[in-house]
Amino acid sequence: MKIWVLLGILAVVAALAPFSGPFVILLLAQVLVLGIVAMSVDLLLGYTGLPSLGQAAYLGVGAYLAAILATKFGFGLGWDFWIVVPLGILMGAATAAFFGLFAIRASGVYFLMITLALGMCVWGLAYRWNSLTGGDNGLNMPGRPKFGIELANDLAFFYVVLGFFVASFFALQLLVDSPFGKSLVGIRERELRMRILGYNTWLHKYIAYIIAGAFGGLAGVLWAHLNGIVSPSDLILTTSVDVLLMVVLGGPGTLVGGLIGATIVVFLREYLATMVQWWQYVLGAVYVLTILYLPGGIMALFKGGRR
Amino acid sequence: MDANFWLIQTFNGVSYGALLFLLASGLTLIFGVMRIVNLSHGAYFLLGGYVALTVIGATGSWLLALPVAALTIAVIGLVMERVFLRPLGFDPLRQVLLTVGFAFLFQQAALDIWGGDNLIIQPPPSLSFSVVVGGLHLPMYRIFMIALAAAIGLALWFAMERTRMGAMVRATVDDAEMARGVGIDTSRVSMFIFALGAFLAALGGVIGGAFLGVYPGLDFEVLPIAFAVVIIGGMGSLAGAAVGSMLVGLADNFGKALFPELAYFSLYAPMVLILALKPTGLMGRE
Amino acid sequence: MNRKLLTAFSAAALVSSPAMAQELKIGFLAPMTGIFAQIGKDMENGFQMYLDEQKGNFAGAKVTFIVEDEEGKPPVGVRKAEKLARQDQVHMLVGGLLASTGYAIAPVSSRLKTVYVLSIAAADDLTQRDLGKYPYIVRTSWTSSQPHHPLGRWACDNGYKTVVSIGADYAFGHEVVGGFQKAFEDCGGKVIQKIWPPLGTKDFGPYIPTIKRDADAIFSLMVGPMALQFPKQLQESGIKKPIIGGGTSYDEFVLPAMGDEVLGHVSALQYSAAIDTPKNREFVRKYREKYGKVPSYYSESNYTTAQMIHEVMKRTKGKWPGPAKFISMITQLKLDAVRGPVRFDDMRNPIQNIYIKKVERKRMHGYDKEELWNTVTKTYPDVSQFFTYSKAEFLKQPVYSREFPPCKYCN
Repeated sequence: MKIWVLLGILAVVAALAPFSGPFVILLLAQVLVLGIVAMSVDLLLGYTGLPSLGQAAYLGVGAYLAAILATKFGFGLGWDFWIVVPLGILMGAATAAFFGLFAIRASGVYFLMITLALGMCVWGLAYRWNSLTGGDNGLNMPGRPKFGIELANDLAFFYVVLGFFVASFFALQLLVDSPFGKSLVGIRERELRMRILGYNTWLHKYIAYIIAGAFGGLAGVLWAHLNGIVSPSDLILTTSVDVLLMVVLGGPGTLVGGLIGATIVVFLREYLATMVQWWQYVLGAVYVLTILYLPGGIMALFKGGRR
Repeated sequence: MDANFWLIQTFNGVSYGALLFLLASGLTLIFGVMRIVNLSHGAYFLLGGYVALTVIGATGSWLLALPVAALTIAVIGLVMERVFLRPLGFDPLRQVLLTVGFAFLFQQAALDIWGGDNLIIQPPPSLSFSVVVGGLHLPMYRIFMIALAAAIGLALWFAMERTRMGAMVRATVDDAEMARGVGIDTSRVSMFIFALGAFLAALGGVIGGAFLGVYPGLDFEVLPIAFAVVIIGGMGSLAGAAVGSMLVGLADNFGKALFPELAYFSLYAPMVLILALKPTGLMGRE
Repeated sequence: MNRKLLTAFSAAALVSSPAMAQELKIGFLAPMTGIFAQIGKDMENGFQMYLDEQKGNFAGAKVTFIVEDEEGKPPVGVRKAEKLARQDQVHMLVGGLLASTGYAIAPVSSRLKTVYVLSIAAADDLTQRDLGKYPYIVRTSWTSSQPHHPLGRWACDNGYKTVVSIGADYAFGHEVVGGFQKAFEDCGGKVIQKIWPPLGTKDFGPYIPTIKRDADAIFSLMVGPMALQFPKQLQESGIKKPIIGGGTSYDEFVLPAMGDEVLGHVSALQYSAAIDTPKNREFVRKYREKYGKVPSYYSESNYTTAQMIHEVMKRTKGKWPGPAKFISMITQLKLDAVRGPVRFDDMRNPIQNIYIKKVERKRMHGYDKEELWNTVTKTYPDVSQFFTYSKAEFLKQPVYSREFPPCKYCN
């Protein structure tokens, strides 16, 4: 049921897009890209019960991969864009596979802290490894890819991003509906019982973490082309925090909630900020009020909450 | 790299560690008792510095600024705990996220109230000279930082080990349910500890204000460092905070002096390594 | 019949329409939140003060001034630049604080064929080796190395032979130190050690003890909070060497928060609030009255930028001449600005006075309180980004970086 609602809304947005100004189109594209990351965080938080404060690292890894390939090797700006995408996914997954070895042994707030630390390591790397990442200057993308369609056209780019979002959504939805997904929920609810039942809970969590990293890497490739520049400021703690809060705002355990949260946060940060000075108060207040009074996020208003 | 070099670097590392102890001790106590990570801890640190500047501006007294700033922030912490954290009951994740929301609010409020200039807290003239010991210039202010952190560490240890309140706190850290079972009002303990944590962070902010400065953005800059200390030392352990802050202070200092290219790595890489070996930190348990 | 009417009406409409639209939309990018928020405010205030003096009207063109927050982050700068150019349809983009932001927005200006006036961002290569990529940019401020070439020469002339440099480890820091080192070593000086604390370092404990004791002087490039901490910690460590600083180390943005530990410290920049001319005195007094603080170079630069834009509009009688013509007109200006005489070189960067200044505690500009001022001790007139080097030779060498110029005399 909710899938049809989501598709309906996206279809409406897609139809209206050609009539909106270029700023709004790029904003919508940003919502979708961050929505992919938010959904991956939801997989971890909402379904597996793992609160990660370091997902920006995977966004960064994918983005820097795309940027380095484009600037140093001129690769990824034509049909080879479609090779960079799976490379970004692999890169995100590989990084998560490595980090997961450290992180998955923990849970709850320990997991929060470790993922935060790992995120900081990647940020530090991006910041200091000047020869590879351009340091704090970052890397300027030489332009968007062209393969039959010119992604330099914002509207075309928006549709491509929309396509990736829908694909990601379906992939994740299939995952959470599968037995694997259901066992993740079981682990979230009562890990001990799952282990007694014979499940290798560590492996389940590890795989979920890798999958989340993979989607982060995908989003990263899109992010690099969206902004035209990748810099360490994409990887800072506040990005990870924002994404986590998007999930909390929208509703953990719903997937769609991530998109809703992304819309609200991006709207506040990028749109409201152009109109008033006090937008950060609104952002903070929205977080505080949602956490206090709306534990299931906004989706809870439509569903009677999940628990 | 003569003996003097090693000595002065050790001294610097220890003094930085002293500041970190003030920052991290509150964070680790709050975690031990309430099982939450206070992500607005950095904001408390920064606000402590700002309030101190206002006090100094109004009265000219640095000495007065110390307790006033620390107590003001303690009150803010108290209110936050009572009014916002308490109603969430025992839901650590939501409490953590709430502290983040507040961190954003505090950050904006600080910018609106005190403006965005980079400021320093000038230490009093009585501390603004250097003691010369065997060819080494040791700034008196750094000696003061070490002394203060040591004094506070001892006071905290004493309170934990020898007072009733301390016993209640330790019981709550060990097993909150059992503590309630024997009649300890854990919610009062939580409130007290949260306020104490805010007090210590703010004190750190006033002391650090001469050393790190007071400016927007400092809150999110010191936060990861505080985490590093708490993670390495072990969450919930005061001794761990002491050990962790010394280790981080020395590692950071020597790392920067000897391997400047790896500046941030010398902080976070050991943290990840320790976590890989002992996820609860050097002296943590659970 | 209908078609004829239609043509007549459209012809009439064309003639009477204010297509000679006397409107000038300026999109301003500066950090309004985050750690550089106050600098952004200074930038905006400088520009706004000039606008207010002209009552928002540049030679007949009504100025719409739109300020966007770039948060000190290049990707945000790009997004806001796009918004200003495409949604608000501004005629030009002005501002950008960090060099990295300048590098990020310059391609946007090429892509969208919009003028971008860099009123602060100092990254050398934007008006040097990369100029060809960006036909619509002009810089009204400085290159990172520009004031530090003459400072290197000054150091030789004042008898310094060996210098240790300690500068923030990022592109701007590298370029400042590089400029100083090149000029200093070309007149016989030696840089014997280069220390690079990361940007944002506040505890210089690890670095100060490594400073070589036999140097004549220390060259320091500090930005923001670093500028406040370094002199204090250096003094505490007992090191008593003369300090020569980069432009931002003692700029009026940080000077009010400093104390006696910086007395006598020397630096170089194209502006000092203590320039003793009637024009500057008036500027400082008016700015201070309006905004409560002595103007920093961030304010002066944007004030003068506004003035330059106005001068171009005067010559076009208030009509927007189009991006290419605007660039060519602004680079032909010769202005008597608050900072002194300014004109442009053929790489669209200013040629201006560079002031060697020294921190002193005194009364200036008619104020009765004794305060810290950057007294001008020497003026190098007519300094371009290439100093006394030939442009061709200069461009052949790589851009100043951590490795260039190489530290030939480092142990």
